[in-house]
Amino acid sequence: MATANSESQIAARGYTAGEIMVATAAREIADAELVFVGMRLPMLAFLVAKRTHAPRAVGLYENGLIRETPSPQLLYTMADPPNLRGATQCGQMLDVMAFLQQGRVQLGFLGAAEVDRFGNLNSTWGDRHGEMQRLPGSGGACDIACLAQRTVVLLAHERTRFRERVGHITSPGNGRGNGWRTTQGLPLRSGPSALITTLGVLRFGSDGEAFLASVHPGVGVEDVLANTGWTLRVAEKLEETRPPSTDELAAMRALDPNHFWTK
Amino acid sequence: MTASKLMTMHDAIARHVPSGAMVLLGAQMEQMIPFAAGHELIRQGRRDLTLVGPISDILFDQMIGAGCASKVMAAWIGNVSAGVAYCLRRAVEQGIPRRVDVTDYSNFTFALALHSAALGVPFLPTYSTLGSDLLKKNGNLREFISPVNEDKLVAVRALRPDVAVLHVQRADEHGNAHIWGSLGVAVDGARAARKVIIVAEEIVAPEVIASDPNRTLVPGFLVAAVVNEPGGAHPSPVQGYYGRDHAFFAEYHEQSRKLEDFEKWLEHWVVRTADRREYLKQLGTPHFDLLAVREHALSAPADFGY
Repeated sequence: MATANSESQIAARGYTAGEIMVATAAREIADAELVFVGMRLPMLAFLVAKRTHAPRAVGLYENGLIRETPSPQLLYTMADPPNLRGATQCGQMLDVMAFLQQGRVQLGFLGAAEVDRFGNLNSTWGDRHGEMQRLPGSGGACDIACLAQRTVVLLAHERTRFRERVGHITSPGNGRGNGWRTTQGLPLRSGPSALITTLGVLRFGSDGEAFLASVHPGVGVEDVLANTGWTLRVAEKLEETRPPSTDELAAMRALDPNHFWTK
Repeated sequence: MTASKLMTMHDAIARHVPSGAMVLLGAQMEQMIPFAAGHELIRQGRRDLTLVGPISDILFDQMIGAGCASKVMAAWIGNVSAGVAYCLRRAVEQGIPRRVDVTDYSNFTFALALHSAALGVPFLPTYSTLGSDLLKKNGNLREFISPVNEDKLVAVRALRPDVAVLHVQRADEHGNAHIWGSLGVAVDGARAARKVIIVAEEIVAPEVIASDPNRTLVPGFLVAAVVNEPGGAHPSPVQGYYGRDHAFFAEYHEQSRKLEDFEKWLEHWVVRTADRREYLKQLGTPHFDLLAVREHALSAPADFGY
């Protein structure tokens, strides 16, 4: 059953907030790239890219899996049996982490509970009205954030999630900006590339700070600013995010017809 | 010929996993999680365990909620398809049912910790975690300067579990085990641990194992006990045997939200359930059968002839 919320979003503009995030994320994947896929929305974004503009992209999963064809079924976890059948290789975790550390992986996707103005991510300790909440932790997120050539983060655009400074850096972004990654010893070719949110897309300036690069159709800049916990810079040439195409929607709905992930 | 290591889950846990032990569970990520072994540890009242694993889906949460653990060393502790782990939160934030100390790893650094022990060296280097708070807070991760090129690196200290419990598709009675599908850190886990308990869906003749030696990922000489426990990984999947019970994970998420509901869940599924056979009976035939493999996909045979 599709949720009532998804239905009403589709009636109003033809797609859900999750769907425009997935389509936007899929476009970050270039053909033939090695992609560290992760879970949830990124998993769908990889499948959409494979079925549309990036048929030769290769997916790497932390359980050791390398996959060149989309999974035949909706996945709830990367180790669901349909994701292993027809895979190119079922190796060990270190086999795929080796490619990441070698610098061969062009793109890695991440989620997080919180992000800050320099793209640092927290998925370990939440702060709800001053009370610390224990969250699940890094998984492979810290590894991807340190070692992938580019990282793309997907998360809901809420003021409590978009903080001036995160209280705990689970996965390093640009630290405090201005060459911070280099001083930490992180690989030269690595770091955050985009934050794809429910409202728009943020990218990073040469000083390492995030700026608003595009807003999703129907979203005002003031909505984005009001939902960001710091004074967010806005691009001189602010763009509007291209809505999901018919092909992109068909690809993601074939896999997630009931909007389990794409609410 | 060595003697058979076959025994019941009860005996394997009773003989090989004392209170206070460091136990590796969930080495194959979201597949083949040894839930039956975890539940037996709860039933036998183990305390002060150090639970180690990259993730374990909801098994660590259940064991933390049951009061078995005083320490967890992991990369991720939660409910993979549903979100946070409520028992972990109660334990860490409020000390219910007891305080649990968490040492945070990333997946890669966790895998390196086991690989280091598997290689018999005190640490292995990586660039991962530089700049993160994992590096600052986890004492088993230490920054150092590379002696060969001046790079900053992180030394990941070797992690040597007392026992690794691995759920596998098939093994012989000596513990030589075939695993396929999601491997995660299982191979290094077996080599790193002082003892291995193999929990197998099927026990097969040694000739079956020897017919496909590339698939033998655990040699029997590492293994202390072999348990034949069909369905022992439910609700996690076993490639070629049964699928993932997504609804069970979603229900656990709801039923672990409040302490009193979790206690009922634990009574029903673990404490008052004698063993895995009874657990599966409780789950019900139609339910478990729905997870059965609907379309088999056999690999092409590999010719070992000469």
